[in-house]
Amino acid sequence: MFQVRIHGRGGQGVVTAAEMLSVAAFDEGRHAQAFPSFGSERMGAPVVAFCRIDDKEIRLREPIMEPDAIIIQDPTLLHQVDVFAGLKKDGYILINTSKTFDQLGLGDMIRDWRHERLCTVPAMELALKHVGRPVPNVPLLGGFAAVAGVLQLESVIKAINERFKGKVAEGNIAAAREAYAIVKAEMDEARRKETEHA
Amino acid sequence: MLKQMEGSRAVAEAVAMCRPEVICAYPISPQTHIVEALGEMVKDGTLSPCEFINVESEFAAMSVAIGSSAAGARSYTATASQGLLFMAEAVYNASGLGLPIVMTVANRAIGAPINIWNDHSDALSQRDSGWLQLFAETNQEALDLHIQAFRLAEELSLPVMVCMDGFILTHAYERVDMPTQAQVDAYLPKYVPRQMLDPGEPVSIGAMVGPEAFMEVRYLAHAKQMEALELIPSYAAEFKSVFGRDSGGLTHTYRTEDAETIIVAMGSVLGTIKDVIDEMRDAGHKIGVLGITLFRPFPLARVRESLQGAKRVVVLEKSMAVGLGGILSTNVRMALSGLHMHGYTVIAGLGGRAITKKSLHGLFRQAEQDALEPLTFLDLDWNMVNKQLEREKAHRRSGPVAENLLRDVGVVAARNY
Repeated sequence: MFQVRIHGRGGQGVVTAAEMLSVAAFDEGRHAQAFPSFGSERMGAPVVAFCRIDDKEIRLREPIMEPDAIIIQDPTLLHQVDVFAGLKKDGYILINTSKTFDQLGLGDMIRDWRHERLCTVPAMELALKHVGRPVPNVPLLGGFAAVAGVLQLESVIKAINERFKGKVAEGNIAAAREAYAIVKAEMDEARRKETEHA
Repeated sequence: MLKQMEGSRAVAEAVAMCRPEVICAYPISPQTHIVEALGEMVKDGTLSPCEFINVESEFAAMSVAIGSSAAGARSYTATASQGLLFMAEAVYNASGLGLPIVMTVANRAIGAPINIWNDHSDALSQRDSGWLQLFAETNQEALDLHIQAFRLAEELSLPVMVCMDGFILTHAYERVDMPTQAQVDAYLPKYVPRQMLDPGEPVSIGAMVGPEAFMEVRYLAHAKQMEALELIPSYAAEFKSVFGRDSGGLTHTYRTEDAETIIVAMGSVLGTIKDVIDEMRDAGHKIGVLGITLFRPFPLARVRESLQGAKRVVVLEKSMAVGLGGILSTNVRMALSGLHMHGYTVIAGLGGRAITKKSLHGLFRQAEQDALEPLTFLDLDWNMVNKQLEREKAHRRSGPVAENLLRDVGVVAARNY
């Protein structure tokens, strides 16, 4: 079972992102379960949503406490919420930011981690560029397809088309594709560096 | 057809396929998405003929359902928590009048303190209201139970409450097998009311009944409800023949063969419990679980039959009878009357407290060693409790409990509970 936890703020489409992840996994013939952690569904308040993906029926109903991957839709949460709580060693992290992990002050934390699994992508900028609204959730899903490799980009695009129509769908698909390309390039770079080290 | 969708949406689509003629509802979390979706279907003509009536309160919602059902229309509503309490007087009237209304309860805690999260306090507060009560384990079962509920309600001329865990199920996206309209039509016959307000053949419904006949009317309500114990298994079997899957019925057992310890629970927590049981079985523990699908009428004989071979029974429930202990466990205990075995009540998951595999592993192992208290509160924070108790000892004017505890806990941003 692969477990994803998404952190963001009310209004950023956190719950929608988890739901779309589950739809993308379903489209690949897998079992998926997406659900929100409710209670603070106000604009701007910290929000968490979860998605489990598996090849068999998912019966488990507890929140995801030991995720395989974490998507952070708002980097200001780093100072407010323990977003990395329970993340498995060598798990995947994807942060919506134009900064690096070092610039975010996370350099020490990730020193021993597999760097090709730690990615940042300026999803807010991509959303503004392609969709015209500051909603980073969908571009991050494109990036997630690249970093974790549990879902194909094409499945994410299919999920976007199921959720949105017309210009909004087109813009989100373009943003997801660009995010995918950015993250892929980052990962290749990280792998290259690691090979050099070795 | 397999679909990935939200539980609320799945239930709304299933209800729509049951062709309700009147839907009346007042929004309350976590039920709102269900009636919102139905409202859209009525507005865009997908669900027709059907009248969607916005009302000003839950009391009005049930009152309208009573009126429309008495007029011979298939009637549906949904609510949760305080909404169910607010309509309570009409809830009793609906069953007392023998009106086959179907209502979803998206289970949520009851205040005070106000809490929007899941537990079973709301539905169980109405356990003696005369409604049949079904509890869904998954979204698939929730949608299937609604289809069975209309059939059952109309056959018995009694209202049915379909309970599904708020947020945990209503807001979860998962795979469901959505039936076709033709399947539902084949399973659910057209509604033929046993009684109705008809100007052509006038009757009055809702007489005042004095001591001369009141007890007999009440006895008949009980006898009628007990008929469901016979009907439900046959309806579930017929459901399987039309839809091709097991859904509904009185209870479900899981790995209870040769089990020395049997857990009893209702609703979505059964999924987590089954995962724990698989892991414990792999490690050689003789443990299984009994899921209660039908809570009212309570299937005493079936529960006794399922549990009598065990050495101990642990009832894990998301509800509580203040001043007594458990509600489900009291019912289970009645089914086990005269049998010699250890019995434990575990109150868990109140107000949305997560019930984790880790906690269940610890709990079940303790139970196996008969090291549990008769009444246990799973994952209770004793420091928090004791601090308040000390505060109350120290000061007469110790202040409001909820506010004190929140101050002790500090600000909690969104996190795993």
